[in-house]
Amino acid sequence: MSQTTTSQPVEKETSRIARLLQSRIAPIIVVILPIILALFLIGGSNSFGVWLGATATGLSLALVGVGVYITFRILDFPDLTIDGTYPLGASFAAIMIINGYSPWLTLPVAFLMGGVFGGVTAVIATKFKIHSLLASIIVATGLVSINLRLMGRSNIPLLNEGTIFSPFAPGFRDFIIARFGEDAARYATNWLTIIMVGVIVILCKLVFDWFTQTEIGMAMRATGDNGKMIKALGRNPDYFLILGVAISNAMVALSGAIVAQFQGFADVNMGLGLIIAGLAAVIVGETIVRPTSVRRATLSAIVGMIMYRIAIAAALSLRFTLPGGQTFRVEATDVKLATALLVLIVLWLTNVRKKRRTS
Amino acid sequence: MLRLEDLHQTFNAGQINEVTALRGIDLHLSAEEFVTIIGSNGAGKSTLFNAIAGEFSPTNGRILIDDIDVTTWPEYKRAALIGRVFQNPYHGTAAQMTIAENMSLAMLRRQRLGLRRGVSRLRREKLGDLLAPIGLGLEDRLNDKVDLLSGGQRQAMTLLMASLSSPKLLLLDEHTAALDPATAVRILEITQSVVEEQRLTTLMITHNMQQALNFGTRTLMLHKGKIVLDLTQEERRGLTVQGLIDKFSEVKQEALMDDELLLSNE
Repeated sequence: MSQTTTSQPVEKETSRIARLLQSRIAPIIVVILPIILALFLIGGSNSFGVWLGATATGLSLALVGVGVYITFRILDFPDLTIDGTYPLGASFAAIMIINGYSPWLTLPVAFLMGGVFGGVTAVIATKFKIHSLLASIIVATGLVSINLRLMGRSNIPLLNEGTIFSPFAPGFRDFIIARFGEDAARYATNWLTIIMVGVIVILCKLVFDWFTQTEIGMAMRATGDNGKMIKALGRNPDYFLILGVAISNAMVALSGAIVAQFQGFADVNMGLGLIIAGLAAVIVGETIVRPTSVRRATLSAIVGMIMYRIAIAAALSLRFTLPGGQTFRVEATDVKLATALLVLIVLWLTNVRKKRRTS
Repeated sequence: MLRLEDLHQTFNAGQINEVTALRGIDLHLSAEEFVTIIGSNGAGKSTLFNAIAGEFSPTNGRILIDDIDVTTWPEYKRAALIGRVFQNPYHGTAAQMTIAENMSLAMLRRQRLGLRRGVSRLRREKLGDLLAPIGLGLEDRLNDKVDLLSGGQRQAMTLLMASLSSPKLLLLDEHTAALDPATAVRILEITQSVVEEQRLTTLMITHNMQQALNFGTRTLMLHKGKIVLDLTQEERRGLTVQGLIDKFSEVKQEALMDDELLLSNE
């Protein structure tokens, strides 16, 4: 009797740590706390500008988050094609713009081409019975050559070309100066991006939300949820997988076309490791907005991508003074490693949680 | 309604782990027959169902549903004619979707899908009428995710979904085996009423001999990939479980003798 009473507190102590690790709070601590901390740490005279820039970048990339959400969460079809379809969208935007086409036209073209190559991946996976990861690596690798062929070189600058933003830029700048004063002028570009891209992203989100509630969209969701069931109900699951992966990559390519015009260049390597950024957005988003429905899930992917970009901007502005008097700062090149670690930790935590639930 | 002609199925042919699961199944089912199937583990019951449903194409033989040869049809195409309930309650429904969405998908069986609303108002109204008679209160939880339901509730839903839009054939693969006894009884009652109301041609695998005798109009026994016993309604009447077991041992003995004969001849 006495033995149990003495051993109990020790047991409780260890289980409390374990419970903390396994709880829903864990990812919040790992993900959200650093972001909030980082927000306070953004220093310098231009902290608001850093914020705004990160939000604009995050919105431009938001459809990547939605695309990853579609393949990883809805379809249960891990897809890396986006590493290739994202620069594909950028390539189309760049090459069309320097050849005098309307910048607006590049958006539907990128959307369509992204969809085609996403479809190719899904066809390879379903018809040739090749694992989705491998099929998508094959297509993404092939796309490197296609992108280089399209652009003719590895990088096309668009700084002096017309973009979807350029016709509105001068007027918007004047409006900002008239309304908020000369000081606010430096924020004009980012505000314009946030408004214009925000409208595009919200529009895509709403259309996709609507689509998932239609008969076809419902069957697509059921395919990812339970392929055995959709087959038993007399539907060919391959058809819905191909459709879904195509939609996902179409959105990613659209994002590529937007980002190329926002940052002022297209580069063949811009998609490298994008999948991890997309996953990070989905994971970060899910801790902020619980994805209880498709509508909330797409919102969470968008919010997640913005938060993720803000966290990166914050990390990049960090300065540590080392004991020797040197300063250490996070370089842009460190971001991929940090993101990879973040995704790893959160995936591990979710596994720990799952194990607890099933045992 | 269903005709199987000399159905053979061999897995891993020519390899060291070669398994012959079906050795010449001949079966003819008339419309509205309700057949229960028994047999020990490895007798080929599930393989038979998988062959009918089209998870693989048989090594030899033909499968006809309503006089249409479906032997080479892929599974999803055949599923337009066949309703199926699996042993595992998780296999028949999409967990992350709502009851209404799952049921609507089943209502859309054999129809062309479009961009109309998936859970239309018309379908939602119909759903209530469909779910109310089974008495599990599902009609009040249309917007709940299936995830939240118990195994029995999910199995009841799968049964309804499989029988909607009257399939030519209903396959029940030990669909109560994973449930607790009370729920299993309830699901069997629902099964009985659904099959009778819609006059479905049904095949039901069961491990419970009493069930096999109580339900349906005909009982088959499978052993080592063959139909070794085919009892009509008249032959089943008055037969007890013990009687059935005796018949089974008899058949088993014969099969054993056959094997010994074969071996001694070699």
